Amino acid sequence: MIDEALVQQTLHRALAHGGDFAEVFAEDRRSTTATLDEGRVEELGSGRLVGAGVRVVRGETTGYAHTADLSPTGLAEAADAAAAAARADGGGVTIVPLTRRSVDPPHGVRVLPETVAKARKVELLARADEAARSESGAIRQVTVSYADARRRILVASSDGVLAEDDQVRTRFFVNAVAAGDTGLQTGTEAPGRTVGFELFDEIPPEAVAQTAARRALSKLSARPAPSGKFPVVLERGAGGVLFHEACGHGLESDLVGRDASVFRGRIGARVASPLVTLVDDGALARDWGAAAIDDEGTPTGRNVLIEDGVLTDYMWDLLRARKGGRASSGNGRRETYQHLPMVRMTNTYLLPGPEDPSELIRQTHNGLYCVALGGGQVNTATGDFVFGITEAYMIESGEITEPVRGAQLIGNGPEALRAIDAVGSDFDTWAGTCGKDGQGVPVSAGQPTLRVAELTVGGTAA
Amino acid sequence: MSASEADDLSDLLELARRVAGEARAGEHVEAYVARSRETEVKVFGGQVESLSSAETAGVGVRVLVDGRTGYAWAGTLDPKAVAEAVAEARDNSGFGEPDPDAGLATPEDVATAGPARLDLWRPELLAVSADDKVGFALEVEAATLGADPRVRGVESADYTDFALEAAVASSLGVEASSRRTGCSVYASALAGTEGETQTGFGFSAGRTVDDLDVAAAARDAAERATRLLGARQSASRRVPVVLDPLVTRSVLALIGAAVNGEAVLKGRSMFAERAGESVAAPMVTLSDDPTCADAFGATPFDGEGVPTRRTALIDSGRLVGFLHNVYTARRSGTRTTGSAVRGYTAPPGVGARALSLVPGERAPEALLAAVPEALYVQSVSGLHSGTDPVSGDFSVGAEGCMVRGGGFAEPVREVTIASTLPRMLLDMMEVANDLTWLPGGAAGVTVLIGDMTMSGA
Repeated sequence: MIDEALVQQTLHRALAHGGDFAEVFAEDRRSTTATLDEGRVEELGSGRLVGAGVRVVRGETTGYAHTADLSPTGLAEAADAAAAAARADGGGVTIVPLTRRSVDPPHGVRVLPETVAKARKVELLARADEAARSESGAIRQVTVSYADARRRILVASSDGVLAEDDQVRTRFFVNAVAAGDTGLQTGTEAPGRTVGFELFDEIPPEAVAQTAARRALSKLSARPAPSGKFPVVLERGAGGVLFHEACGHGLESDLVGRDASVFRGRIGARVASPLVTLVDDGALARDWGAAAIDDEGTPTGRNVLIEDGVLTDYMWDLLRARKGGRASSGNGRRETYQHLPMVRMTNTYLLPGPEDPSELIRQTHNGLYCVALGGGQVNTATGDFVFGITEAYMIESGEITEPVRGAQLIGNGPEALRAIDAVGSDFDTWAGTCGKDGQGVPVSAGQPTLRVAELTVGGTAA
Repeated sequence: MSASEADDLSDLLELARRVAGEARAGEHVEAYVARSRETEVKVFGGQVESLSSAETAGVGVRVLVDGRTGYAWAGTLDPKAVAEAVAEARDNSGFGEPDPDAGLATPEDVATAGPARLDLWRPELLAVSADDKVGFALEVEAATLGADPRVRGVESADYTDFALEAAVASSLGVEASSRRTGCSVYASALAGTEGETQTGFGFSAGRTVDDLDVAAAARDAAERATRLLGARQSASRRVPVVLDPLVTRSVLALIGAAVNGEAVLKGRSMFAERAGESVAAPMVTLSDDPTCADAFGATPFDGEGVPTRRTALIDSGRLVGFLHNVYTARRSGTRTTGSAVRGYTAPPGVGARALSLVPGERAPEALLAAVPEALYVQSVSGLHSGTDPVSGDFSVGAEGCMVRGGGFAEPVREVTIASTLPRMLLDMMEVANDLTWLPGGAAGVTVLIGDMTMSGA
């Protein structure tokens, strides 16, 4: 992308008038999307984003500038602008010589999407459309989309780091609309992995379509969800987003540092049920949030955040780690070169426990069984969270009974973590996009089937 | 047609024209070119945490051949990358399936309205120094901290601004360009002593820095946070609900998704089969009007170069219109309403830019005084996960205060309010007179909804 001499030159220029740290982040991203709607392939789209951002840190202040022009002139202008923004006005700073950091990619991509003919990508759409419609005549609309992206990044800094990564991600999305007595109901399924076109050997498009269609169909016969407090059983994979929101965000050191987390000052304290061990692992091969390095050049790895209910660590990026006098945990991420990195989750999951999942349901007298949650939101300062339920059933006398719809779960992160009273031995993950300060990054969240003793279900039925 | 601001945007329009000129025999080509300059200053603890300033630009290309559409984009105006995008879009068009209604805006589409003359560009914003921008951010942080002794910290405070320019040109001879500036200050207050934390945010936005009211943003943040001190869950029950103008804005945006012509055509709207029917209480009149200069979403042209105009959506409770771009209009047998929305990374969709309810007669205080008991909702969470413009299901997290005797009583947190969007429109009992334009595609106004389910303790 940029040769080493030019990187070195840009870093020198960025620190020519002082500063504590400078970094160049270059990115070249190509993407393909294809959409089918109403049985017709609407269009195939291709995108390309190339550019670099220069960051200069001086004292408490970070200056940032970026450019789509990777020529020596473009980079020099970005370096000057970043230095000016950081208010660097002292003398020059010595830069450590760059050392190439060699990191093994966590994921072996078998089939690069760019080597696959466009016609083959388009063909997947029709297969999914047909599969969704053949589930039932009640399926009225099906939208299918395919997306792949190859993101090459280079990071170099005045600390001497020089690292590169080549990230390939593939995702498939199906949305089905079913019509019936309760009006229109939708179901979606959207698996994604840090792999190439081989995704479809592992997850056939037909299977994705069937899940989406069944989800819409189950809501047709669903009654309005109840309101009030209930035990809630989250099926494996369904509730990972709950841990992502309810405690993951509060463990990001930038939020902790600004007194915006309920977990501030709680390292070593019991913050969850002893059944809870929570891990963030950016090196988890093939998962949607995986990468060899983060967007600051730090190798990713497995970080235990909560162990047997005790808070062991927060997540860190370079800036927060420098202040804390420790190493980054590989959680410095950014959406594109146009954004400043900040502390972000990667693949965040709760480890499985001892219980047989079906036994766990049998032991629940009356409650809610959640198979899929939509997005959620948390106020990290108070810990209060909400999650939309997209597929759920009542549990009555230990049996899963009728489907319910139209509810949101609401609770408080630390309280929900303490209220987990059963953890199953199974496991699954969910892929999504996590938004923070306007930046979206791919993340995954995972969990075994588990029960929260009490959560507020916000339905419309009394 | 000629664009009103072509002289000032000549380089973008020039490029769009050049790309459109690449159309081969039997092809139609459209280029959408956009450029934005943005500044963001974040402060914390009286110090600048980060200052970033950047210019980004890109082009999106649509190529149509025999009803087949191909799309490609590049996040740069570099001629080589633009040429690559044109070639990719052309290649991609071979894979789309023919659609007789697919097509670009025609000169006839453009002639359906005259472009509004809007003053959305303030060159003085571009001349504001970085020091002054930093000053605004520091000022809103300090003012929030000083607004109330119970504010113990400021979680985040920032200043942002933008200058956006866009141009579109096609081989059918359509050309248009527009530009706008904007800026805002924002602060989020933390209130409470050890053991209790409540948060509240405030902001002020405008076209240039003279429009900013830093003191009001700080006061809002402090009031919203301190008002919640001591908040608890309230018992589950059915209550009348008063929506704060910010919350109404968000609810209107959901209604906007249901009057989207694309959603209606494709059977993905709760309003799909209900044109002409009574869908709301009689005092509800809703329109989208991007030609209203005070609206933050104001623009003279849409993403396909079609002049924008006022579109009536709900008139005295009756569903009277939908929003359309060129494609959805053609398929629906009608004309575009100038509602194509887009960035350069995707082909045009359909969207509302400036939704507003017709305000009522009474001040919000009079509205509150007239209800024996209600939940005043000052903010909601999970709006996207808990609502569904297709089925109309609505369930969101809420915080605010109970209202009794015309004033705020005990604060409430960790509850949900639920109903369905169609039900909420029918249950709307009063719209107050405090209409105010807010960023986010809609105007805010205080609204009373007669009955919702509150879930809590």
